Amino acid sequence: MERCNCRESQLSGILARYDGQDGALLNVLQDAQDLFGYLPEEVLEYISKHLGRPYSEVYGMVSYYAHFNTQPRGRNLVRVCTGTVCHIMGAPQVLARITEELDISIGETTRDGTFTLGSVPCFGACSHAPVIMVNDDIYGRVTPSKVAGILAKYRSQEAGISISSLD
Amino acid sequence: MTKNINLTINGQHLTVPEDTTIVDAARQIGIEIPTLCHLKDTNEIGVCRVCVVEVKGARNLIPSCITKVTEGMEVMTNSPKAREAREMVMNLILATHPKDCLTCDRNGDCELRTLADKMGIKKVDFGAPVKDLPLDDSNPSIIRDQSKCILCRRCVSVCNEVQKVSAISMINRGIGTTVGTAFDRGLADSPCVFCGQCVNVCPTGALTERYNLREVWDALNDPEKHVVIQTAPAIRVSLGEELGEEPGTIVTKKMVSALRKVGFDKVFDTDFTADLTIMEEGHEFLQRLTENGKLPLLTSCSPGWVNYIETFYPEFLDNVSSCKSPQQMFGAVIKTYYAEKFNIDPATIYTVSAMPCTAKKYEANRPEMNSSGYQDVDAVLTTRELGLLIKEAGIDWKNLEDSQFDEPFGEGTGAGVIFGSSGGVMEAALRTLSEVVTGKELDNLDFKAVRGLEGIKEAELTLGEHKLKVAVANGLGNAQKIMEGLKTKELDYHFVEIMACPGGCIGGGGQPRLSSPETRQKRMEAIYKADLGLPRRKSHENPAVQELYKEFLKKPLGEKSHHLLHTSYTPQDI
Repeated sequence: MERCNCRESQLSGILARYDGQDGALLNVLQDAQDLFGYLPEEVLEYISKHLGRPYSEVYGMVSYYAHFNTQPRGRNLVRVCTGTVCHIMGAPQVLARITEELDISIGETTRDGTFTLGSVPCFGACSHAPVIMVNDDIYGRVTPSKVAGILAKYRSQEAGISISSLD
Repeated sequence: MTKNINLTINGQHLTVPEDTTIVDAARQIGIEIPTLCHLKDTNEIGVCRVCVVEVKGARNLIPSCITKVTEGMEVMTNSPKAREAREMVMNLILATHPKDCLTCDRNGDCELRTLADKMGIKKVDFGAPVKDLPLDDSNPSIIRDQSKCILCRRCVSVCNEVQKVSAISMINRGIGTTVGTAFDRGLADSPCVFCGQCVNVCPTGALTERYNLREVWDALNDPEKHVVIQTAPAIRVSLGEELGEEPGTIVTKKMVSALRKVGFDKVFDTDFTADLTIMEEGHEFLQRLTENGKLPLLTSCSPGWVNYIETFYPEFLDNVSSCKSPQQMFGAVIKTYYAEKFNIDPATIYTVSAMPCTAKKYEANRPEMNSSGYQDVDAVLTTRELGLLIKEAGIDWKNLEDSQFDEPFGEGTGAGVIFGSSGGVMEAALRTLSEVVTGKELDNLDFKAVRGLEGIKEAELTLGEHKLKVAVANGLGNAQKIMEGLKTKELDYHFVEIMACPGGCIGGGGQPRLSSPETRQKRMEAIYKADLGLPRRKSHENPAVQELYKEFLKKPLGEKSHHLLHTSYTPQDI
């Protein structure tokens, strides 16, 4: 934790929230990822030390859940469902369009840090297939032609322009 | 009061105490149900499913290694459903397992292979690709080949529950699940202390020691080299197991004959430097006791323990005895005193040690272990490797004659022998300290309070005018308890012996595999039997040690001792 002391004080705040609770590790990891966007090594080391859980176990939990990542992410996370129903309903075409639009593949982040692209085995929203999620927003029945519009919304939010009037 | 439970297994009626598992109940009537992940008292989690049986009325097949018997239970171990399921489970495990058995380190003693044979597996279905994961050879002690791992979790349980080191855990998910360190790094970049308890329980070739047999053969075949071997106290009661003898057979004299036939120029006994350790460490303790030095004094013979305290309790490093371990003292003495005395160029001396230990390999490779001007110990073999060396040399073990160790380091006392069992270093030290302090001969040499396989033992005794409180711990989980107690000052001792492995060196990570509590018990009994069988049982009465001081070292803790036999420790940052 040499790089940033502010991280340390933020983390101690999270740990204080779960002080003395059994099985706090998962919650602490979630809150830490919400705070930093990802779980870098020094954060995991700090959590391991201060929760008194072995570092190997902390990493074991992080590596188990697809939700956690140890690499920095873009400011917006685009996730495409690759489940069977979405696949049949056109997810591969949607994914191809997103890949083209952002010029990155699954697991990568755009050079400007705006988007990270990921996939999910199933969102459990098969009736809306094909489904994608951007951050916490869910989009159902997506077609390749809708992709540019969806992504544009997040680009312009970043630029500070509200396009809600266009919806 | 224990209740009795009536049940039938394969139609046979039997009555067993409650809390008996189905596997154990079946064994009582001569039925062996296969198990794989199961390790009594350590890994009782029933994850591999190799042991499933059919129980009348149960919805699913039952893992028999963790399921307790119930009244009226009807177990069928060989019903078609149970047999097919077990075969399927075995097939699934074997599907992704490498098939290079002929050249695998575990060829001959692989539990997985033995089980496949016992279960009559003749063909592996499923065209699944074989696991192909990178090899971890980051350290001098342990090699991890995760391609051969079957995810039984024995190693994880031993590392986390018994040793409390927690260097490894289950990582990733689904088909990608492996056993690994944080960020899947090599063991060298983890808190691993190289005790090798994981290696001792691994059923496959996923965890092995780093083999040094090749280097040893090269040295033996080099006419320029003077090759000497030292053999640790604990291996004389366990080596036999690698060569077909019962646990607890004392094979000291046969071992010496075998090693001479293998071609070692000299065969020496580490008991000699165990005695030397007592002289140095005993005087170090007296010095600390009488000159207000740091107490408790913590022993330093066990390299797994030294790694542990450097990593987890560096604030206590001043309490650790500055004495090198007997292995390292031996190396240093060989390349100085011995070389001088027999006019041998130390550059041509190659020192091998046979140890019950994997951490000894790490210790021998420590950069500071070269006070003789050369690496003190050139190669370390585990008990298992020593067995292999004897087999490779084609020696007819069964018909070997007895012979004696070579002079001048062939003489060890009973005090040196008991180093091999938990409590032995303490007892050996007390035998010598009592006589050195009081100047009177002890009537009774047996300090039974510090003996035994119990994890933590305590004793109070009088040493001249001093009342002493001592403790002995074996297994790092127990060491942790002692260290936490010292930290909070709830515990207070003058002298503490700690060995990294359960039972001490007799349960070392380099010992014949699956050292069960019963096996350790037999090895321990043999150690004390060997002690009783020796003419001298006190370190300070070892004539070779006395001569070494007279001719070379002059006195315990003297200048030469300080330079050659003592060391310092470094906090490990993990």
